[in-house]
Amino acid sequence: MVLLTRKAEFSASHYYWNPAWSEEENVRVFGKCANRNGHGHNYTLEVTVAGDVDADTGFVVDLKALKEILEREVVSVYDHRHLNLEVPEFETLVPTTENIAIEVWKRLDGKVPGARLHRVRVYEMPDLFADYYGEA
Amino acid sequence: MKAYLTRRYHFSASHRLNNDAFSAEKNRVVYGKCNNPHGHGHNYVAEVTLSGEVDPATGMVCNLADLDMFARTNLLDAFDHMNLNTLKCFANLVPTTENLTIEIFRRFQSGFNHAHLERVRVEETGNNSFEYAG
Repeated sequence: MVLLTRKAEFSASHYYWNPAWSEEENVRVFGKCANRNGHGHNYTLEVTVAGDVDADTGFVVDLKALKEILEREVVSVYDHRHLNLEVPEFETLVPTTENIAIEVWKRLDGKVPGARLHRVRVYEMPDLFADYYGEA
Repeated sequence: MKAYLTRRYHFSASHRLNNDAFSAEKNRVVYGKCNNPHGHGHNYVAEVTLSGEVDPATGMVCNLADLDMFARTNLLDAFDHMNLNTLKCFANLVPTTENLTIEIFRRFQSGFNHAHLERVRVEETGNNSFEYAG
């Protein structure tokens, strides 16, 4: 088995807000991320798939196909969007880096032919990232 | 749902690798240029990985503000722009990056209780890094 990782980038805005809480509580917990006008990041997505190397092609997965899947399932939906307002899963879910990693996993799981999704890593910035390995 | 959160912290410090139990000659052989009596320095990066269930209310493994506050007090204020050899934790321990990684792990493990500590990884330079997971 070999692991293969493909990167993709998207830029998006978001804010952190739990509607079940008061404004004071949101500001206390989320700090400047609770600014309702939003703010943005250049996100980097690292998707790692696991599989056997095909004896004929030498590939775990066709990289071009993987790139197209990332583009179709994630980047075209998230890039240059306001995550809270324009991406359905974040209408009711705080778009933290952790939750983005989980939602990207759900979008990709089962969609990569011939390989198993191993890890989704989302960098919000170079010094902060979240990893999700699916339900263990 | 269990997720992993990693934060990277930057600090700069000096050190000298020298074991008092060795002869001067042996220290030079074992530690090479790291044994320079006047020390030398690095821009370190400490990568701290925490894990836990994502809180449904916050969407977080742990609040970054809590993590940053802990790191400020227990990592950056302790090590940034310091000579590692002068610190209490290295009074009887050679401040290699292996030992520094273990020391940082112990500080987070004993003092930060908002999430499970998975791993500490320290980059001494862009080409050298060390990991400790307990």
